[in-house]
Amino acid sequence: MFGLTFLAVFVLGAAFYYAARNRAFALAGDTPQALHSRPNYHGFLAFLLAGIAGIAVLILVWSLWGAWIEQGYIASIIAAQPELSPIEVELVLNDARALAEGGIASRTDALRTQIAGDITRQTALHHYGTMALSLLAAALAGLWCLRSAHIGWRARNRSETIMRRLLAMMAVIAVATTAGIVLSLIFETLNFFNNIDWQIHKFLFGTTWSPLSGVQAGKLDPDKVGAIPLFAGTLLITIIAMLVATPIGLFAAIYLSDFAGPKVRAWAKPMLEILAGIPTVVYGFFAAITLAPFLRNSGESVGLSIASESALAAGIVMGIMIIPFISSLSDDVINAVPQSLRDGSYGLGATKAETIRQVVLPAALPGIVSAVLLGISRAVGETMIVVMAAGQGANLTANPLEAVTTVTVQIVMLITGDTEASTAAGPAFTLGFTLFCITLLMNVVAQRIVRKYRELYD
Amino acid sequence: MADEDIKITAKGVDVFYADTHAIKDVDVNIQNKAVTAFIGPSGCGKSTFLRCINRMNDTIDICRVTGDILLDGQDIYARDVDPVQLRARVGMVFQKPNPFPKSIYDNVAYGPKIHGLAKSKAELDDIVEQSLRRAAIWDEVKDRLDAPGTGLSGGQQQRLCIGRAIATAPEVLLMDEPCSALDPIATAQIEELIDELRQDFTLVIVTHSMQQAARVSQKTAFFHLGNLVEFGDTDKIFTNPEDPRTESYITGRIG
Repeated sequence: MFGLTFLAVFVLGAAFYYAARNRAFALAGDTPQALHSRPNYHGFLAFLLAGIAGIAVLILVWSLWGAWIEQGYIASIIAAQPELSPIEVELVLNDARALAEGGIASRTDALRTQIAGDITRQTALHHYGTMALSLLAAALAGLWCLRSAHIGWRARNRSETIMRRLLAMMAVIAVATTAGIVLSLIFETLNFFNNIDWQIHKFLFGTTWSPLSGVQAGKLDPDKVGAIPLFAGTLLITIIAMLVATPIGLFAAIYLSDFAGPKVRAWAKPMLEILAGIPTVVYGFFAAITLAPFLRNSGESVGLSIASESALAAGIVMGIMIIPFISSLSDDVINAVPQSLRDGSYGLGATKAETIRQVVLPAALPGIVSAVLLGISRAVGETMIVVMAAGQGANLTANPLEAVTTVTVQIVMLITGDTEASTAAGPAFTLGFTLFCITLLMNVVAQRIVRKYRELYD
Repeated sequence: MADEDIKITAKGVDVFYADTHAIKDVDVNIQNKAVTAFIGPSGCGKSTFLRCINRMNDTIDICRVTGDILLDGQDIYARDVDPVQLRARVGMVFQKPNPFPKSIYDNVAYGPKIHGLAKSKAELDDIVEQSLRRAAIWDEVKDRLDAPGTGLSGGQQQRLCIGRAIATAPEVLLMDEPCSALDPIATAQIEELIDELRQDFTLVIVTHSMQQAARVSQKTAFFHLGNLVEFGDTDKIFTNPEDPRTESYITGRIG
């Protein structure tokens, strides 16, 4: 019904578009240039006014009326059976809704049937009433627009103002959503810190991570929420990933931009981009099912004991995932070094290697650094690969052959586990917030470096 | 011309860019320790020909050069010639000043370092100072050798690039429209500099400005549509050209 009303308002708006446009043509007569605004703008303004009025009324009346009749049901349930707790009232209401729609209810009694009857009656009134009101609002706005139109009607300016405000509203929505997410992260983080009696140092520097094992009456044990093993695991895997991705990605970029012929470039670049298009979940099971057993077996043959879920396997695969990221960003910045600099170097009798090492790379260095930093923030935030390949135990070790766990893995464990959400959410949100701060910091640094680099040459 | 001291001889040079025939059978003798100017309308091939002299065209995949270019009687396109070593002998200054994004000092020290011309830091300092002095920019930059070369004005950048080219001690300096991006005052400074450099180097300069060719060069070559139309003493080309096309160009009727 809501969607249908929306559509009806839209159709009505379209009708007003043509009506207003025709009226503008009629107003202009033989001198179209006398109109302040082109007829299309007259139509567009009518469409906008009718549409906005109709949809605003639709949303407001729909939700307010809906809330009001719901209050009515609850009041009548409580009036009939005052002994019910709020949760039981909710249950009765849900059952009545199910009955009204012909579904299955947990129980059927006189009260439920009576409320269901109310719902059937009131809902129809609510829906058709809302539809009528919003169409009426749209029609009034459209008619007002038609009536107000005259030769000097500033339809263009008015519709542009409305459009500008609509665009601004969309921008506000985007920014406000981000702000809302950050605020909820901060709020939950503060909640969590409150839960561990503000012993923040135990979260930041503690070495034992087992947050759910010490829960007593919703209260977490501050000694068991030390996040150091998680950040150490994240750091270890990130380092391994960057050790794989940076040299391969950078050298691939140098080869592609300065050595490869056009034919090699033509197929090598798309191949690398395919690598970037593989979903991380595929990388994850590649790490867990192919690489980890291979590493363990080859480790055994040389007498090394490698855990079947090791930081090494996860780090290598994560590195492979980041290669296209680094290579394509580096390729862009290396290509952005002007040919004139290369010519200048060749003109002095420098070889290709000297030119790349001493002129091209230093000039491209800031861009390469920011590519690496962006790669690091991807590695830090990467989840799927480590969930499958890195392990779950919060193991504080610097040995890449052992299983470690990361911040992202623990967030997944907390949220998908069977602990009550209100208890698990605290540590999960706090880890998320810490991770957010780290990646934000790195992105800011990367962007600053890129900006500095832009000033270097035109 | 037999009695003249010839540094570079080109015989039957053709250049192709993919299917385009850019230079058609050019013969030219470039005199030692003198300024030779290449003039001609845009797209006539003068820059292309200039870039053949230090094999800069090798860096362009689709470019093909045939014919002989001899430097001191030795074919620079011979199999055993390394273009890298050739370019150390035949330096180049480009149309747009292109200092490296390094300090002024490092810009000049770059060539001597890669060719191992200085045995010590003191010797390198000396090369840098001498090169900048000869490029007539030492007094302007001696107090800020650590500042980035890209921070200088256009004219200063171009003189820095000339100093950078001089620092590798080349025998020939090629200049591809070195003043086209500069204002008249900077242009006058560069022209004065070219006149002084003639004592030690063989200079070949491509220019759009006929006045510039007349002011700085001893020999002038006029290119038109890939052909070398006329080559001779600058005085003669500008006062008494033999070919009607040359006369049309210098009087402004074509080009």
